[in-house]
Amino acid sequence: MEYTAKELMVVCAARQIRDHERVFVGMRLPLIAFALAKRTHAPDCVGLFESGTLRDSPADELLYTMGDAPNITDSLWATSTLHVMGLMATGEIDLGFIGGAEIDRYGNLNTTLIGDWEHPTVRLPGSGGGADIASLANRLAIIMPHERHRLRERVDFVTSPGYGYPDEQGPAGVSWRMRQGLPRRGSWLQRQGLPRQGPCALITTLAVFTFEFTTGEALLQSYHPGSSIEEVQAQTGWPLRLAPDCAETVPPSAEELAVIRACDPQGVWTR
Amino acid sequence: MSKLTSMAEAIARYVPDGASVAIGLALEALIPHAAAHEIIRQRRQRLTLIGPISDILFDQLIGAGCVEKIQAAWVGNVSEGLAHCYRRATEKGIPHPLVTESHSNFSIGLALFAAGMGSPYIPTLSLLGSDIPRHNPHLRVEASPFDGSPVLLVPAIQPDVAIIHVQRSDEEGNAHLWGNLGIAQEAWLAARDVILIAEEIVDHALITSDPNRVPGPFFKVRAVVHEPGGAHPAPVQGYYNRDHAFYHEYHTATRTLEGYQTWLEEWVLGVPDRAAYLEKLGEQRWQALEVKKHRYAAPVDYGY
Repeated sequence: MEYTAKELMVVCAARQIRDHERVFVGMRLPLIAFALAKRTHAPDCVGLFESGTLRDSPADELLYTMGDAPNITDSLWATSTLHVMGLMATGEIDLGFIGGAEIDRYGNLNTTLIGDWEHPTVRLPGSGGGADIASLANRLAIIMPHERHRLRERVDFVTSPGYGYPDEQGPAGVSWRMRQGLPRRGSWLQRQGLPRQGPCALITTLAVFTFEFTTGEALLQSYHPGSSIEEVQAQTGWPLRLAPDCAETVPPSAEELAVIRACDPQGVWTR
Repeated sequence: MSKLTSMAEAIARYVPDGASVAIGLALEALIPHAAAHEIIRQRRQRLTLIGPISDILFDQLIGAGCVEKIQAAWVGNVSEGLAHCYRRATEKGIPHPLVTESHSNFSIGLALFAAGMGSPYIPTLSLLGSDIPRHNPHLRVEASPFDGSPVLLVPAIQPDVAIIHVQRSDEEGNAHLWGNLGIAQEAWLAARDVILIAEEIVDHALITSDPNRVPGPFFKVRAVVHEPGGAHPAPVQGYYNRDHAFYHEYHTATRTLEGYQTWLEEWVLGVPDRAAYLEKLGEQRWQALEVKKHRYAAPVDYGY
């Protein structure tokens, strides 16, 4: 069955959503991933939008932005940005989605600028809510195009922290103790004072990465049908490490594609 | 006392050169584009713009040379991508250099919230480990006096003026706002002055029939501008939908400096006011944006 890279990315994003979860939905592909998860394996998940909206059903029309009028109609709660951000800060949000221009092997994401602060070669739009979602959601999934200049050894600017970097005080990542709710010490997230546990997935046009949380390093979890470990390596700016069960990405089912195409019949976001 | 004012007079009186202006506060909805266009027509300079994401409004003001400083989470074109005027200003100093004090949506909201609470700052755990606080001289990471753990201190931002688009207001500035609110209420409570841009002017009794829908007090409102269609191309819940194509056209047209100047002449400088703008947009295009499926709330009883 034919499908586009973006349709497969939507499917991979939807698979990150578990039933009954509270999901901080980002822009573009996650808007459709939320609808797909609701209509397949996670009928009781709910979506929150940083504009200040809570929904238990996807909007009736394709959304160009989360602020579109159909996203308010029949919502559960229309409120302020601080209320939904505050929920995330208190640990109530299970999963957040963000995108970015650049990412590194430790899941640190740049949406601020290419080059240096004083002399940027490309000024990007900035954080929006991305840095908040990275800081405060219990799990974080990142969606972006896979190109060698975007997946770098180190990003020019850490807008949204992932697992940080190893330094003289210790490794990147998050320790077992913090994973188990024990007092903070040790690795990068704790040293910064971040309350959560870093990214769980990086979904690209070629592959899906997971993260080894004790080192903070990305592991190639799966490569998309039609791609290969070699191609992913060629398009990635750090030496790949493979997850022990690294395999080909499970392709979309006919049902998943049907739901996506019903949401986005013109292919605005998915073609 | 009626505060009804023309757009031109409201901007002339309450948005002077050098003012700090909170605008575009409900994220993608209710963006007061008509007010921004009047600011450009009056050639305002050295403004500080405060907001969360602004969509294309900040970009237009930057390109027109009105802006000295940005205190915002995001400057771009939400459905299209990068902001061309913001790029030209930051990367090449065209039309002049720009200072950006980066925020996130949470931190800019907290800064306004702090001002509205009369607090000097608010601590948060967001943005710890991000480079944003390293490049914004007003954000500080400190050890908590309680347990020594790191906290980010977000100082209060009090805008000189907040320009807030609402569905309806009475002549005194008692207003109804609905849909997602973004940080509009925080800005109303933080700012020294508030300008309301209203789709409709209604009777005082209609507002008092539903006081829970009022975002802030009338006594901070200095001017009420009746400006139907004043948020286009942004949506206003219950009034009109987002004109997605307009954002695409802006994105395409403003790729080059010359293209931006042509766009500005066509849609802002060459148009005297919002009524003329809507006429230029055309009835057919406007009708396509109108609300097709109404969804009225059930009435509530405030009686005793």
